[in-house]
Amino acid sequence: MNPGALLLEHFETRARRRHGRVRRHATLIVGCSVLGLVIVACVAAPLLTAYNPETLDPLRPLAPPFSPGHILGTDQFGRDIWSRILYGGRIDLLIAFGATGVTLVAGTAIGLFSGYVGGWIDSVIMRVVDLFFAFPFFVLVIAIVAMLGPSIFNMFVAIWLTSWISYARITRGHAVVTKNREYVLAAKALGYRHSRVMLRHVLPNVVSFVLIFAMVDAVGNVLLGAALGFLGLGAKPPSPEWGAMISDGQAYILSAWWLSTLPGIAIVIVGVGFSLIGDGLADVLRADG
Amino acid sequence: MGEPLPVPDPAAEEILVVEGLHTFIRSEGGIVRAVDDVSFTLRRGEILGLVGESGSGKSVTCRTLMGLMPSPPAWSIGDVRYAERPGRNLLTVGGAEMQRLRGAHLSMIFQDPMSALNPVMRVGDQIEEAVAAHARLGPRERRRHALQLLDRVGIPAASRRMRGYPHEFSGGMRQRVLIAAAIASNPKVLFADEPTTALDVIIQDQILSLLLELQRDFGMSMVLVSHDLGVIAEMCDRIAVMYAGQIVELADAVTLLTAPRHPYTISLLRSLPDTEHRSRYLPSIVGAPPQLIDIAPGCRFAPRCALAMPECQTWETELIPVAEDHLVRCWRHDDARRPTAWPDQSFA
Amino acid sequence: MARFSFIGRRLLQLIPVLFGITVITFFLLRLIPGDPALQILGQHYTAAGAVEVRHSLGLDRPLWQQYLLFLQRLFQGDLGDSITFKQSAGSVIAERLPPTLFLVAYAATLAMLVSIPAGVISALRRGGIFDQGARITTLVGFAMPPFWLGIILILIFSVHLQLFPVNGYGKTFVQHLDHLFLPAATIALGFSTIVIRTLRSSTLAALASDYVDTARVKGISRFSVLRRHVLRNAIVSVVVVFGINLAFLISGTVIVENVFGIPGVGTLLVDSVSTRDYPVVQGVTLIFAFLVVTINLVTDVVHASLDPRVALE
Repeated sequence: MNPGALLLEHFETRARRRHGRVRRHATLIVGCSVLGLVIVACVAAPLLTAYNPETLDPLRPLAPPFSPGHILGTDQFGRDIWSRILYGGRIDLLIAFGATGVTLVAGTAIGLFSGYVGGWIDSVIMRVVDLFFAFPFFVLVIAIVAMLGPSIFNMFVAIWLTSWISYARITRGHAVVTKNREYVLAAKALGYRHSRVMLRHVLPNVVSFVLIFAMVDAVGNVLLGAALGFLGLGAKPPSPEWGAMISDGQAYILSAWWLSTLPGIAIVIVGVGFSLIGDGLADVLRADG
Repeated sequence: MGEPLPVPDPAAEEILVVEGLHTFIRSEGGIVRAVDDVSFTLRRGEILGLVGESGSGKSVTCRTLMGLMPSPPAWSIGDVRYAERPGRNLLTVGGAEMQRLRGAHLSMIFQDPMSALNPVMRVGDQIEEAVAAHARLGPRERRRHALQLLDRVGIPAASRRMRGYPHEFSGGMRQRVLIAAAIASNPKVLFADEPTTALDVIIQDQILSLLLELQRDFGMSMVLVSHDLGVIAEMCDRIAVMYAGQIVELADAVTLLTAPRHPYTISLLRSLPDTEHRSRYLPSIVGAPPQLIDIAPGCRFAPRCALAMPECQTWETELIPVAEDHLVRCWRHDDARRPTAWPDQSFA
Repeated sequence: MARFSFIGRRLLQLIPVLFGITVITFFLLRLIPGDPALQILGQHYTAAGAVEVRHSLGLDRPLWQQYLLFLQRLFQGDLGDSITFKQSAGSVIAERLPPTLFLVAYAATLAMLVSIPAGVISALRRGGIFDQGARITTLVGFAMPPFWLGIILILIFSVHLQLFPVNGYGKTFVQHLDHLFLPAATIALGFSTIVIRTLRSSTLAALASDYVDTARVKGISRFSVLRRHVLRNAIVSVVVVFGINLAFLISGTVIVENVFGIPGVGTLLVDSVSTRDYPVVQGVTLIFAFLVVTINLVTDVVHASLDPRVALE
């Protein structure tokens, strides 16, 4: 880089460190707030709405938003949209955290192990990883769900079986680079057990990258879960899962646009929340780096 | 090569006159005074050295004169006169005029030859691009000219190597390519920003010799930037020492190297390994250069200066002429050359 | 010359990958819990029928034999018989492949047409209104489910504005372009968010590089610097990101086909899941994998031709 740019960057980093604790964390704070709000709303659903997501109200089907008693309107069976979104959110958030969490832990563990150990074990594992990468992820998930039978649980299984490879690849790369660094060699020379070396010395290095990627992955999993719900391959009616709601509302799109539109907005909000957290983490971790 | 250059002003021995150059850079933390009141002249056919630590402003000075500083965060004021464009201040000429000047009048080579060459473009094309910038030539003419240049800078089997990419060349070869591109349009002034720093010592010598040769043959004036006093001593006719964005001493090479008058220059010279007088340790200058944001008034070297006195921190400095063609930014320049003034140092 | 050996090497590396794909696809069927014959025949389950089904799926032989049989049939182009359609799975898939390929190519093209100017302008006018707008748009766009976006686009452009047909594929090339515009745009919008971000950062990197300064000191025009040095280097990242995010493109295609009712391989896949048409599901998975591998190969070759440093690996 040219010295002018280098100079500028040098000063901006120092300025950020001096003045910018809050500014630096701004994106992260916003992201966490958005997501936190959604989580709290969905968890506290019974407090926020009197209705059950399955309660039918045959007297008032397809009521538009801001109708009396139904702030977001009702669907074709008279079920309250607001409560369906809140309860459905539990499912989608469960997908986001459940699918991402497991694959993150499993993939990281496998990747670290593979990179650290090296040798033929590493080669074999990486071959398998490369192989999975040849498949379009979505198609594979659908195929697995097809074989196991469409249900929410099988959807989780399908994601767990396929999603770990990204984490494995990232962490393995870092493990390979880090294991030859001095402090790791020093730890080994001191006779620390391998597991301790891996956990205490190699892992912390990698954690930041993995977390940032996990946020992107979470968005993907929410979209994936919703897509499968939409296609009837995951959550099924009368489940209030957001994707399923959008699918249900398709038939009424001309007369009652809110059936399909509002759940979609909910998905976008959750997705934006995760993305902001990911960006925020990147900002925070980069400034320190 | 013996033709007299067309000189609008026949009395001008000076090809470039820089007066009161300031370059400011706006950053999140404040305004950086990267170049602060720099003035010097560059004479025809001479090599002027700009020496100083990293961050002293030497690179930014050259880039400012070439118009390379990115314009939103950076801006400059001052007076820059170029002999071939009498009456115009180079800092205020428009973009189109600057483009005409670059390559054909003012040129520059950079420190790291690997990153200074476009990695996805053939070397020959990059030279031809320079050739075509200021001349209307057909493709065969261009190619011939490019070949000549590559030959001139000492690249063997030029016609075959032209089709190669930068990563296929060694560091020294890449630097030669850069030099070829820089002189393609016969510039009058060449800024060489640390041209040998990224190369190993043997190659350094070759490149420096090449630069000397070209400078002589083409009648160029050169500004050579380096933090390596050895390189500067070898090549330059006159030397300007920079510190924290300012010129602290300016003199002809012999004088500066044998009879320096600024405490910084003196300390710098003393920190060079001296084979004649072997000391037990290598004295280095304590501390680090100041941050250029919100800079305190007074002498910027004072915190690290062995001759500093309380007044140094408050009195504004200026360049004082101490002899014909010798400027020093220090009011204690007289004391500086007396060994007894220096506390607890043996001054051999 | 180095280029050809590069392609050769990549092709060689493909072979184990292709075999691996067949292994995984083969094992897909083995995932079925319980008796597949039960799943397939459902209410019409008879002992004899079950034996027949098992035999046609090859399940009555040892595993390794099954795999070899599978491979052998594969080389002959036989993917088994579709259970719902009374024809071979291969022919069903072949019929449905063209609309999908058209859609993928169309979406990729639209995505490039939008992202390349957007990414470059964002970088050139960094921090400006366009850049800020692009950042917000990509942030929200990335989180938008494609099926939802598709429905909204249908609502606005097909129903209210009547600019495009609601679904289907059309018969002529021009009709294809018409029918597939909205679906392709839906996929493209999602894909663009990634490309724009990547291109923005690679353009910024190029703008700050030394070789751009070298080019400027030659005295060539700003436009030439931009074209021959900045863009030429930044565009390489687009090719790379394309290859990496292919899965994103494909998943978008599958979903969007279902929303817009396009008779492609995506709708075939989803329909086959509901009807438990296992051979077709398996066949489609295989085809998609080959598609991805092929596109990756092409991407790698393009990458190598744009960036001469790559061929050295």
